[in-house]
Amino acid sequence: MSIISVNSLSFRYSYSDRYILKDISFSIGEKEFVLLAGASGCGKTTLARALVGLIPQFYEGEYSGEVRILGMNPATTPISKITAQVGFLFQNPENQIFMTTVERDIAFSLEFRGFSREEMKERVAWAMEIMGISHLALKRIEELSGGEKQKVALAGILALKPKILILDEPTAYLSPMSARELMGMLKRLNRELGITILLIDHRLDLAVEAAQRILVMKEGKLYIDLPIKEAFRQNLSKEYGVNVPTLIKILDVIRRQGFSLDPPPLTIEEFINLIKKGRTI
Amino acid sequence: MIVVENLYFTYAPQGDYVLKNINLEIGEGELIAIMGDNGAGKTTLVKHFNGLLKPTLGRVYVDDVDTRDVPISELSRKVGMIFQYPEKMFFSERVWDEVAFALRNFGYDEASINRLVQKILNIFWLWKYRDSSPFILSGGEQRRLAIASVLVWNPKYVVMDEPTAGQDAVQREILLQIINMMVSQGKTVILVTHDVEFVAEIRPRVILMSNGEVVYDGEATRLFRNPGILESAGLTQPILFKLESRLRDQGLIEGGFNTIDEAAKKIISLLGDERL
Ligand SMILES: Nc1ncnc2c1ncn2[C@@H]1O[C@H](COP(=O)(O)OP(=O)(O)OP(=O)(O)O)[C@@H](O)[C@H]1O
Ligand SMILES: Nc1ncnc2c1ncn2[C@@H]1O[C@H](COP(=O)(O)OP(=O)(O)OP(=O)(O)O)[C@@H](O)[C@H]1O
Ligand SMILES: [Mg+2]
Ligand SMILES: [Mg+2]
Repeated sequence: MSIISVNSLSFRYSYSDRYILKDISFSIGEKEFVLLAGASGCGKTTLARALVGLIPQFYEGEYSGEVRILGMNPATTPISKITAQVGFLFQNPENQIFMTTVERDIAFSLEFRGFSREEMKERVAWAMEIMGISHLALKRIEELSGGEKQKVALAGILALKPKILILDEPTAYLSPMSARELMGMLKRLNRELGITILLIDHRLDLAVEAAQRILVMKEGKLYIDLPIKEAFRQNLSKEYGVNVPTLIKILDVIRRQGFSLDPPPLTIEEFINLIKKGRTI
Repeated sequence: MIVVENLYFTYAPQGDYVLKNINLEIGEGELIAIMGDNGAGKTTLVKHFNGLLKPTLGRVYVDDVDTRDVPISELSRKVGMIFQYPEKMFFSERVWDEVAFALRNFGYDEASINRLVQKILNIFWLWKYRDSSPFILSGGEQRRLAIASVLVWNPKYVVMDEPTAGQDAVQREILLQIINMMVSQGKTVILVTHDVEFVAEIRPRVILMSNGEVVYDGEATRLFRNPGILESAGLTQPILFKLESRLRDQGLIEGGFNTIDEAAKKIISLLGDERL
């Protein structure tokens, strides 16, 4: 059953002379982990805004088509009602963070949601723990490093334990190790708790190991909607400006020499197994 | 040349040191990547290069001038700084004005301003937004605008805090070319970055930080073949090097490879000659 569905969605921001979303249709089922990729400026953030209702409620413009998320219509449902169940990480965490200390900032996302004090405390502690920022609990937000701020923003969203996570470049400021840990954690949240995830990211090396399906946009249109492996049978870098994983870059060079390793490997283990099998088709 | 001598820094008067005993020499025409875990002190360190922060102990010299003795305005003409969160920097209503701002400040004539702004906006694919507000740009476009508005005046030293964050394949390639061009013109380019894959492409000198200290200062290639140091500082091996060591562990290859093309070649030699 799909819990996100988008039907012929088009959108043009007021005062802009062009459509940023052009007749987009797709759906995401419960417990799926989907990656949304595409060149800078192709409309990924705009699409995410439409899923949670910021478009057309906050960003006005020419809007047509139908969107449903957990049965709600984001064009007309109060945004706070949507974000009670859909965790949305803005591309720029600075926009998200308002409160004074780390702990209070994370707790803020839980206020007005009717949790008991105990439950709130527990969730805040849990979210800080899994983001590895417990030691920063009492620090003031403006005293954090760039990556630490990003972790606080993520913790605030995870504390809600939402049914759906929409994350707009959550790894942009994370160290490689933290990014790997985050991706591992998202994978567990998805596989074990059944949280549906839509991940927007330019760093695909890690994301392709966690996600199952990839959507690729170009200039406002959705061109690719495929299981990850199948998508990398074509050159996503050249056609769509996708910053493909290094393994795929190596694979592309091998393919240009007339060799074909298939299916495209997403991990080093898969790559080595393919080589061992000498599977030259 | 930028010289850092026994630098210690703390944000709060009685607080812990965020930078500890840092000693560096950064020469003209060098390409440098400052790397390390979140909170390691990278941004704090580079803010000393344009005098935004002053040492608590020790000294920082830019071209023999002690950063404590000159106003930021004087240093920042020489040391262009692109911040980690660029959108916080914007204050103009038009993309064009944002980029022209520094040039106007430095007293360039209108004709040069027009020429330089147009050139840099074109390089970063921002020309079509020249009359837009910086605030409606996408995340990646905003970062490019921040980069453009510093590179436009061609400072002698350029510090970029996370330049590749949010950039796609094409924009990374453009950035790579610009960086190489600046270095070949004798400019000093200092990147602060978590992007090990990008660093594996450009192979700069890497200054690796951990808990406020410099724990490695040298060639990128040598560092990337040392997962121990990398991981102790919150980094991971670039995929190319991980693949190399895994292939070697499995006895599939001898020696190694340094580039994507070399890796592909080695792998093809393992596959025999059954072409499509
Ligand atoms: N409020 C707005 N008004 C007008 N145009 C906008 C607005 N917000 C974004 N745009 C434009 O819409 C296009 C798509 O922006 P969007 O932020 O969706 O891109 P993106 O795919 O998320 O890119 P990136 O990877 O760089 O974050 C861009 O060209 C941008 O300039
Ligand atoms: N204004 C400030 N006041 C107090 N402490 C600060 C301030 N800015 C940063 N810190 C602290 O100093 C340490 C180093 O921060 P810095 O921003 O230099 O890290 P960084 O290496 O750039 O990390 P990141 O990769 O996350 O951006 C961190 O522990 C951070 O919490
Ligand atoms: Mg975006
Ligand atoms: Mg930083």
